[in-house]
Amino acid sequence: MRPPVTKAPVKQTNHKKVAASKNDAAKGKVKSSNDAKTLKHWLREMLLIREFEVRTMQAYQNRLVGGFCHIYSGQEAVAVGTIAALQDDDPIITAYRCHGHALARGMDPYYCMAELFGRFDGCAKGKGGSMHMFDREKHLYGGHAIVGAQTPLATGLAFATKYEQEVIKTSDHTRVTVCYLGDGALNQGGFHEAMNLAGVLDLPVIFVIENNGYAMGTSVARGTTLADALYRKAESYGMTGHLIEEGMDVVTVHDQFKKVVDETRKTSKPDLVEIRTYRFKGHSMSDPRKYRTHEEEEKWNKQDPIDHLSHDLIKAGELTQDEFKKMTTEIRGEIRDVVKRASEAEPPPLDELYVDVHTGNWGPFKGTTLPNMLRGDNEKTTDQNQESH
Amino acid sequence: MANLTLVQAINLALIQEMEEDDRIILLGEDVGKNGGVFRVTEGLWQRFGGDRVVDSPLAESGILGTSIGLAMAGLRPIPEIQFEGFLGPAYDQICTHAARMRTRTRGAYTVPLTIRVPVGGGIHAPELHSDSPETIYTHTPGLKVVMPASPYDAKGLLISAIRDPDPVIFFEPKRIYRAFREEVPEDEYTIPIGEARVVQEGEQITMVSWGASVIQCMNAIENCNHSVELIDLRTIAPMDMQAIEQSVKKTGRCVVVHEAPKTLGLGAEIASRIMEHCFLHLEAPVQRVAGFDTIMPYYKLELDYMPDAARITKAVEEVSAY
Repeated sequence: MRPPVTKAPVKQTNHKKVAASKNDAAKGKVKSSNDAKTLKHWLREMLLIREFEVRTMQAYQNRLVGGFCHIYSGQEAVAVGTIAALQDDDPIITAYRCHGHALARGMDPYYCMAELFGRFDGCAKGKGGSMHMFDREKHLYGGHAIVGAQTPLATGLAFATKYEQEVIKTSDHTRVTVCYLGDGALNQGGFHEAMNLAGVLDLPVIFVIENNGYAMGTSVARGTTLADALYRKAESYGMTGHLIEEGMDVVTVHDQFKKVVDETRKTSKPDLVEIRTYRFKGHSMSDPRKYRTHEEEEKWNKQDPIDHLSHDLIKAGELTQDEFKKMTTEIRGEIRDVVKRASEAEPPPLDELYVDVHTGNWGPFKGTTLPNMLRGDNEKTTDQNQESH
Repeated sequence: MANLTLVQAINLALIQEMEEDDRIILLGEDVGKNGGVFRVTEGLWQRFGGDRVVDSPLAESGILGTSIGLAMAGLRPIPEIQFEGFLGPAYDQICTHAARMRTRTRGAYTVPLTIRVPVGGGIHAPELHSDSPETIYTHTPGLKVVMPASPYDAKGLLISAIRDPDPVIFFEPKRIYRAFREEVPEDEYTIPIGEARVVQEGEQITMVSWGASVIQCMNAIENCNHSVELIDLRTIAPMDMQAIEQSVKKTGRCVVVHEAPKTLGLGAEIASRIMEHCFLHLEAPVQRVAGFDTIMPYYKLELDYMPDAARITKAVEEVSAY
C-alpha cells in the first residue's frame, strides 16, 4: 500500500441527459450503453422505493412505525443508479436515510418494512428500526444513525478488502467500497479522519455525497464551505473529486458513476463524488420544512427521476402507457401485501432484550441468534452460544 | 518460562497471535516504526511489515472507526489508543458502533476488536494521561473491559481478548508496565475473560481491586495484622460477582480499592451488589478507597490522589473495628 499520488480534481461536466438524446429516442433507442430492459428494471426499482416510502409515511401516520423516519423520495436515481454500477460483493454503507439503498441493493421489502414496524421478522429482528438497515448477504453494512459516523467504517471496510486481496490473498479481485453520506456529514470530524486515512492508505473506496441541499433544516451554503463545489474537498485528501450534476437522472448517475467505479477498481485509489439531488419530503417525518420555499419544491418536483425516465422510455417507444400503468399497479400490490404481512407479524419476544448483546452467555445475556432473513429454511436457530460468564 | 515485565508479556502475546492469525492488524499512533508510545509494539513493524502494523494519523475517531469496519469485514484489528484520555475523540465510534453493532444487526455483524489502552496514574503525567475511565465503558452494554495487574495475566488475557468475538477494551496499567517481572510461559495460554483471581486467601476481610491498585493492596496487606483475602477482578465487565460473593460470605467485611473517582466508581456498584447478595453476612459497611471526585492532579499531588497502602490500611482498620 503506497502513499497516493495527488491528482488535481477532475470536474466531469460532459453530462448527457436522457432527454438530450432525442435523436436516439427517435430511432427507438434511449441510450446505447443501457438496453431498454435495464432501463425498465431501474424504473421498476425507483417505483418500488417510491411506493415503499409512500406506504411508509402512511404507516408512520398510523403509528405503525416508531421513532423517527427519514424518507428517500426524490433521491431514487442516486441509490438505483450508483448501486447498478457496482458488483454484487462491493460493500456499501450509508447513514440513516437508508431504505432506498437497502431496496436498491435487493433487500426483500418485507424484511425492510417489518423492521420499520419493529417486528421480529425485520432485518434486525425489529430492534433497529428505520435507520438500521443491514443485509449481510448483500454486503450492506448499514444504516447508521449518527451523521458522518459511518464514514470511518467505510475506510475500514475498504482496508479489509484490500488487505484480503493483497496481503492475505483470501480474495482474488478488487472490491470497491461505497460510502453514502449527506452534505451535512461533511462537517463532522469523523468524515475528515476517514477521508484522510483512505487517502493515506490508498484504499478502494468511493465517498458519495448525496447533496440534497439541506443538512436537516440548514442549507448547504449556510453550514458548509465550498457549498457550490463540495466535490473539491477531495483535493485536500489527495483524491479525485467528481461532480454529477444531473442527480435526478438515473441514467446519467449510473453512467458517470460507473466510470468512477471502474477507475477505482483499476487504481485502487479513493474518490469523492458529489451527486446533486433533492429530497421531496422533509428531513424526517416531523419536519415542517420552513427553510425552503414552495416554489423551490415545485421546481424540483418537476425533475422527478421516475417521471423523467418513464417519460423518456415512453417517448422512445420502449414502454407503453399500459405497461407503465401495469408496472405501477403491480408494485402497489406488492407493497400493499408487504405492509399487510409486516403489520400482522409478531414483535420480538421480551427475552430478545438480552440476546445479541454478546456472543456468549453470561449474566442475563443469552448469546446470539441470527435474524430470520439470514436463516436457511431448515435452520430454525443458529445459536452460536458459548458457555462463559 | 521467561522472566518478563508487563510490557514484554503483551509484546510477546501480540507477536504470537499475529504469527498464528494473519487477520490481525495493529493500528495506532506511532505503533509501527517507533514501537508505540510505551514501546509495547516494539519490533512488530520490523517483523510483520507496514501492511499489518500501521502507523495511523493522529485521529482516534478514524482509528476506531476504521478498526470497526475491518472487524465487521471479518478481520481482527487491534487498535492502540495512546492514553486513556484520548478515548474521548474515539468515544463516539466505541459506543455508537463497536458496542452496539451486534445488537443493532441482531448478530448478523460482529465486531471482534481489541482496543489496547494504557490506563491510570503513577507515571508523573498530567490529567488525560493518568485517568481511570473504566466505569464509563463498563456502563456501556456490549463491551468487555479487561485490566490485568500482572505480566502473566496480561499475556493470557490479551490472547483471550484477541480471540474473543466481541469488542474488548484492554486497559494496560501503565504504572506497572515495567514495575516488576514475573515468570511467563513462552507458549500461548489463555485466561478466561470474566474470571477474577484470588491473589491471596484470607479469613477476616475481603479486598477487591484491579489494575495497578492491586499492587498497592498487596503492599498494604504485607504490614497488616488481619487475615485479608485479596481479589483481583482482572475483568471488569463482565464482573466475576461469584468470586466476590463467595469471599464476602466468608469474611463479612469488604474494602474496594480503585483509582477512579469515588462517586459512581465501580466501588459503588460492587458495594451495591454485595448489599444485594450478601446482606445478612455483612459485619460492617463496605468501604471504598478511591480517587477523589476531582480531575486527576499533576505529578506533585498524584500520589496523594491515588489509593496507597496507608489509605488502604486505614480502611481495613475501620472495617475490622466496626
